[in-house]
Amino acid sequence: MSVALGTLQPRKKSETPSAAHDVRQEPRIVRWIVIALAVLFLFLFLVLPLAAVFAQAFARGVDAYFNALLEPDALAAIRLTLLVAAIVVALNVVFGVTAAWAIAKFEFAGKSLLITLIDLPFSVSPVISGLVFVLLFGAQGYFGAFLQAHDIQIIFALPGLVLATLLVTFPFVARELIPLMQEQGTQDEEAAISLGASGLQTFFRVTLPNVKWALLYGVLLCNARAMGEFGAVSVVSGHVRGETNTMPLYVEILYNEYKFTAAFAVASLLALLALVTLIAKALLEQRTATE
Amino acid sequence: MTVLTNTHERSLRRHASSTARRPFGRRPSVIPGFGITLGLTLTWLALIVLIPLGGLFLKTATLSPDQLWAIVSSRRTLNALKLSFGLSLAAAAINLVAGAIVAWALVRYQFPGRRIFDAIVDIPFALPTAVAGIALTSLFAANGWLGSILALVGITVSFTPLGILIALIFIGLPFVVRTVQPVLLDLEAEVEEAAATLGASRWQTVTKVILPTVLPALLTGFALAFARAVGEYGSVIFIAGNLPNVSEIAPLLIVIRLEEFKYADATAIAVLMLIAAFLILLVVNRLQRWSELRSGRL
Repeated sequence: MSVALGTLQPRKKSETPSAAHDVRQEPRIVRWIVIALAVLFLFLFLVLPLAAVFAQAFARGVDAYFNALLEPDALAAIRLTLLVAAIVVALNVVFGVTAAWAIAKFEFAGKSLLITLIDLPFSVSPVISGLVFVLLFGAQGYFGAFLQAHDIQIIFALPGLVLATLLVTFPFVARELIPLMQEQGTQDEEAAISLGASGLQTFFRVTLPNVKWALLYGVLLCNARAMGEFGAVSVVSGHVRGETNTMPLYVEILYNEYKFTAAFAVASLLALLALVTLIAKALLEQRTATE
Repeated sequence: MTVLTNTHERSLRRHASSTARRPFGRRPSVIPGFGITLGLTLTWLALIVLIPLGGLFLKTATLSPDQLWAIVSSRRTLNALKLSFGLSLAAAAINLVAGAIVAWALVRYQFPGRRIFDAIVDIPFALPTAVAGIALTSLFAANGWLGSILALVGITVSFTPLGILIALIFIGLPFVVRTVQPVLLDLEAEVEEAAATLGASRWQTVTKVILPTVLPALLTGFALAFARAVGEYGSVIFIAGNLPNVSEIAPLLIVIRLEEFKYADATAIAVLMLIAAFLILLVVNRLQRWSELRSGRL
């Protein structure tokens, strides 16, 4: 299911059909219709929604836009989102690299099952990803009584947000690294080891430089999803204003209170994050193609 | 001579027994770190994914079959499931066609802005679902950019099932495009030229030579888009209207039951959807293998 993220792949040049008599070329009218349909569809479904976010955000002027972003609740939401994303991305990098090392550098039984299990969170509804932690740690959950007795708050608090986001973004880094590291094989590492490098030296000096762009892309995707996750965190957050509201949850609250300009102002920050992620992807693809 | 054979045999046997003792039937390797990386991976996987999801099944097991049936067969649940699965199927089918057209145009034709359009195909992957939800709602609202045009011909999108369909098309599109694109790029020119040389019309070449090669990838994209749509929440709830039995999707019903503290109800619906997700994942895996075989990329 790596396609779900668009694994970083060096761009292949698609051969440009040049001559008009090329047998692989459709009649001109067919070409125009197909291009027109594709462009129209992409414009209506992808460009317009993105444009609408910024248009609505600035509908009442620049002052209203920045006032909405400087609200204490908005700042609290931004801070919380950054905190959750930082924790989640750091943990996923460690896990992703570890999992990719085990899977790509060794042959063992049950490997494809392991890959399937790592991919599993892709096909789980975000709502369910939140629900499972409520069932475990909520007041009526399996560990609810224990947590209450020891005054530990997981659901409706930061740990719950982190757990739900971790589950949702679980495959992101690993999924970018595994195919690339499998393709690169083990020769480089074997050479380093036989020349006397330690395992960690081999990883940091040989493997890491080979996969740095894929790792960076995995981090970007994981970060984008962690900051933008809505369904899973909505279930575990409890929506305490200024305390457990991440940016997407804050957008929902503002929207439901008919504060559209403010909702779209906060949403525009998330849309900007999406754009930056896409631009970074394009740049990384160019770089891997030239290398 | 016998001594030599014996030593050789012994070393072979020693080698075999040492492989057998390795955990997970691992093949010998000079690279270190197998035990610790696999151990960490499995522990982390268990803690974050397997135990939480297992808890969901455990919770369902405490319900009697009658209770479970009562929840699942209630009118509101059935309508929500029908809506979620039906509209997801429809959206994936539309994406199958639209995605194929977009992928073909991006791979085969040159036109101004092609690379930018190629890059924006990923917007639904990158844009947070809540942002997509309010953006689509404002676009299709009665006074929105597109909603006001559609209102002229008497079509209402927001707060109807049609709105849900639009949101599901939005989030599913990149799955089809991104699965089909690499296969189209890998197609060998010679095959099409051979077809043309043998007298096939362009239409025949496309439908009888190219389509069969691309079909497994198309179906994989379809299944992925379907799987994503069934569980989708954020981009749908704003535009849906969320009327029980009419425009209430299954993930939303889970959230509503949870907010009513009806944990059993929420769990039962969730398990049903999770099983459906597993089945789709299984189909996707099969399709991907088929696709790799078909396009000779295995």
